[in-house]
Parts: sequence; structure tokens; C-alpha cells
Amino acid sequence: MTYAIETIGLEKRYGALAALAGVTLAVREGECFGLLGPNGAGKTTFISIVAGLVRPTAGTARVLGADVARDYRRARRALGVVPQELVFDPFFTVRETLRLQSGYFGLRANDDWIEEVMHQLDLADKADVNMRALSGGMKRRVLVAQALVHRPPVIVLDEPTAGVDVELRQGLWRFVRQLNRDGHTIVLTTHYLDEAEQMCDRIAMLKAGRVVALDSTKNLLATFSGFVLKLRLDREDLPEDLGLPVAGRDGTRFVLRLRDLAELEQVLARLRGAGVRIAEFELHPPDLEEVFLRVMARPG
Amino acid sequence: MSGFPTLFAKEVLRFWKVIFQTVAAPVLTALLYLVVFVQALEGRGPAPGGGAWGEFLVPGLAMMSVLQNAFANSSSSLIQSKITGNLVFVLLAPISHLEFYAAYVAAAVVRGLVVGAGVLAATAPFVELRPVAPLWSLAFALLGAATLGALGLVAGVLADKFDQLAAFQNFVVLPLTFLAGVFYSVEALPVVWRAASHFNPFFYLVDGFRYGFLGVSDVAPLASLAVAAVSFAAITAATLALLKSGYKLRG
Repeated sequence: MTYAIETIGLEKRYGALAALAGVTLAVREGECFGLLGPNGAGKTTFISIVAGLVRPTAGTARVLGADVARDYRRARRALGVVPQELVFDPFFTVRETLRLQSGYFGLRANDDWIEEVMHQLDLADKADVNMRALSGGMKRRVLVAQALVHRPPVIVLDEPTAGVDVELRQGLWRFVRQLNRDGHTIVLTTHYLDEAEQMCDRIAMLKAGRVVALDSTKNLLATFSGFVLKLRLDREDLPEDLGLPVAGRDGTRFVLRLRDLAELEQVLARLRGAGVRIAEFELHPPDLEEVFLRVMARPG
Repeated sequence: MSGFPTLFAKEVLRFWKVIFQTVAAPVLTALLYLVVFVQALEGRGPAPGGGAWGEFLVPGLAMMSVLQNAFANSSSSLIQSKITGNLVFVLLAPISHLEFYAAYVAAAVVRGLVVGAGVLAATAPFVELRPVAPLWSLAFALLGAATLGALGLVAGVLADKFDQLAAFQNFVVLPLTFLAGVFYSVEALPVVWRAASHFNPFFYLVDGFRYGFLGVSDVAPLASLAVAAVSFAAITAATLALLKSGYKLRG
């Protein structure tokens, strides 16, 4: 089976530091795949190796079956990368930038598609504006447009919404969803876990250069998460013999972790039985942030 | 299709968009050198070759400008792209190290030749030159610009900041071009310095280029061409090896 992206035992070492310590992953064609992890987990290193920007110390990476080192032309043609940094060439306008990028991929009569991409990303009225004169949000859109000029089947977005306002963020995700519906494979990294939860079919979590969780978003939510119950009570201390699953305090509130809603019934019944009155009640359903924190808190 | 034509066009466009800085300024500098040196040297007898000092100086200044600007083009473009991060757009594209080399060096040659032609054009009203073998000059200009364009790529790859590049430019390229016999014939130097000049590859480029204009040179032009060709081949091999390794470009 050909995967959109496949890595086997990918390692990258900088001296004693292992930025990637053996990552084996397969992203299926057509899926939206999320790569999560704290800063320094190796997400950008992973993407950089797949994009050919960084050479691995060991292991292999393939894009649609093309080895990123041996068959780099085919691999790079199949891949569109939106880099994390807001980089641009100050010598050129938006249209020139996109034409150049298209030409780098050997596509010269590509103006129709370039106009279409600019239109889709609301860049049309900025087409002849120099890159220097654009706002940060606009520059981010140009980065997305640059990644799309050669119509790559696989699109990688490295924290595309970092430092982006809400309107642009929503517009960007709408566009990415559309691309995904049109058959593009999407790989994204983001620090906004709610975005990953909404966008991604499957998620890999990286920690210290290793994959520590890899599953469908649905399974991750079901496997790792329960409910978080926050309670403010009529007293400062709880009777210990109640045996409640207290995980900590959040100001004046007790934070309890529940496996499921049945456990909620038990907790409430015990509190009632002990004559404890509830002043404030907050119940959080499972979310990816909770999964993420639990995965990251596990040793190793 | 290859990404080479676009990368080459982009590199040419880059200097063309700031033509006052990249072409007009070096032409003016060469013109000022000419005025100052002609004033200082006139009255000291004929120039080497027996003609007027202007006729001796202009080809030297033109070649010096070709060399310095070819170096400046590839080196400054590469380090700017590295530091601002926009080199990533080229690195993400299916462009081989050979195409990368060819595009940067070809654009450096264009810049060098444009500035060199500018120097000749700007000095034409003051100094009448009658090239006796223009193809020799063209061959040395092409080889010299390509050699310095490649050297600029090496410097651009190795330097991490503008300061390091400026050091390379000011402590290596500038002295070697200045001491390549632009303002004097190395035959007029004391024996030790004359011998030392023959270890400077830029000397052969300037001497050979001037031969095309004056018909006289310190070294036989064919010998100079051989040295220039070997220098170019050596720097090309080194540059291609550096680019292929991905050193400082691909993590």
C-alpha cells in the first residue's frame, strides 16, 4: 500500500540531542492527520525531513512512495509545505512570488491556477502589492498559496494558525477542509488542540522525538479521556473517607477525574450522603487537551 | 520542466530591481578610481604597454568590477535568503544542486558583465579604447565572473551572518582583486612581489582581460586562460560538492 507519507525509524541527532529518536509513521492518502506535541517534541524536524529540508541521521521517509532523498524530485512535487516561520522575499509582489514558486516546480504557464489560488485565499486585490507591505495574516495566506501553486496531493501545514486572528484562522480551516474534501491529504501541526480535534481524522502525539500516541481522534478521546468535574463546596476540606477521585484543586474548587457519567452519580450520592452541599458545579466532556496532558504526563 | 530558468530569472530580477545599488554604484566607484589614478599617474611616463594611463587602467577597473560584483551577487543573495529564511522556497522545490549552482552562477555572470559593460560605457567619453582581441576579453570576463560567482556561493553557504561574509569580501576578495595588477603592471614590482602576484589567480584574469584591449600582457594569454580555466574547474568542483552535501543548507 502506498501511503501519502511514510517514515520508518526516522532519527535526527544533533550531537547528543536526539530531535527524533526513531519515528515510524504512515499517513494514509486522503486523511487529515494531526501531529501534536509540546515545543521541542520533534514535529518541525519530522516535517523538515519529509520536505527534504533536513537530512535524517537514520531511517527513511517517503512521500506517495517516493523516497525523499533518492527520488527527491517526485517526492517534492507531491508535497506542499506551509512553513511555520513567516518568511517572504521582500523583492517581490504577491503575484511574482507565486509565479516564481510555480516556476521552481517547472510550471510556467500556470497563471490560471495562481489566480484561482489567490481568489480562494482572498489575495486577489493584493496581487500586485509587495510582500513587505502585507500584514502578518496576509503573509500567512501567501505562504499557503505558495504551498499550493504546484497542486500537490499532500499538504503539510506547520502551525499555520500561530499568531493568526480568529477570522483568518476560521477562513484558513475552511479552506483546508475544502482541500481535504477535494482529495488532498492534510498533515498539520498545531498548538490549538481544539482545532486538531475538529480537523483531524487521526492524530500522532510526539514527545522527546518519539511517537507516544497514535490513533484516530475518536479512539484517542475514548481511550484516554474521562470527564473532569470541578466542584465548589460549602466547606474547604473534604472528608477523606468519601474516597472521591480528587485530582487537585483549582483555586477554591476541587478537581475530580471521572471515568464516565456513572461515576458522577456515585460522587454526587456520596457527597449527599455526607451532607456536603455543592455551591458550584462544572462538568467537562472529554477533549483532546485532556488526552494530550495525560499522554505527556506519562513517564518515558 | 526544470526549475533552473525561474531560479536564474529570479536571481537576475533581484539585482535588477535595485539597479542603483547593484550596477550604478559600482560603475560610479570605478569612474572615481579612474579620475583619481589618472590624475596621480599622468606625468610619470607612459603606462605599461606604452600607451596612456587611462587605456591601461580602464580594462583593469572593468575586470575588477566584473569580479567583485559577480562575487557580491551570489554571496549576498544567498546569505540574505538564508538569514531571512526565504531560501526554504527554493529548497522545497525539485531543484538539483547542479541547477542551483548553475542559476546562481549564471546570474552572477550577468551582473558581473552588466557592471563591466557599464564601466566601459561610462569611461568611454574620457578614454578611447580600441580592443585588439575582444574575444579574449570576453572569455576572461566570462570565466572570471563565473569563478567569482561560484566563490560567492561558497562564501554564502559557509557564512552564518553578514559580518562573516563582509570579512570574506574585505579580507580575501578585495585584496586579491586590488593586487591583481589593476593599477600597475606586476612587471614593475620587486621580484618577491612579482612572484607572489603569480600565485594570485585573479592576476591572470585581469592580465588576460587587458590583453584583449591592449594586445600586450605580463603573461601569455593562453597560459592565463589555462590558469583561469583550472581555477574555475577547481572552484566549481568544490562548490558542487558543498551544495550536494547540503552543508548549512539542509540541516
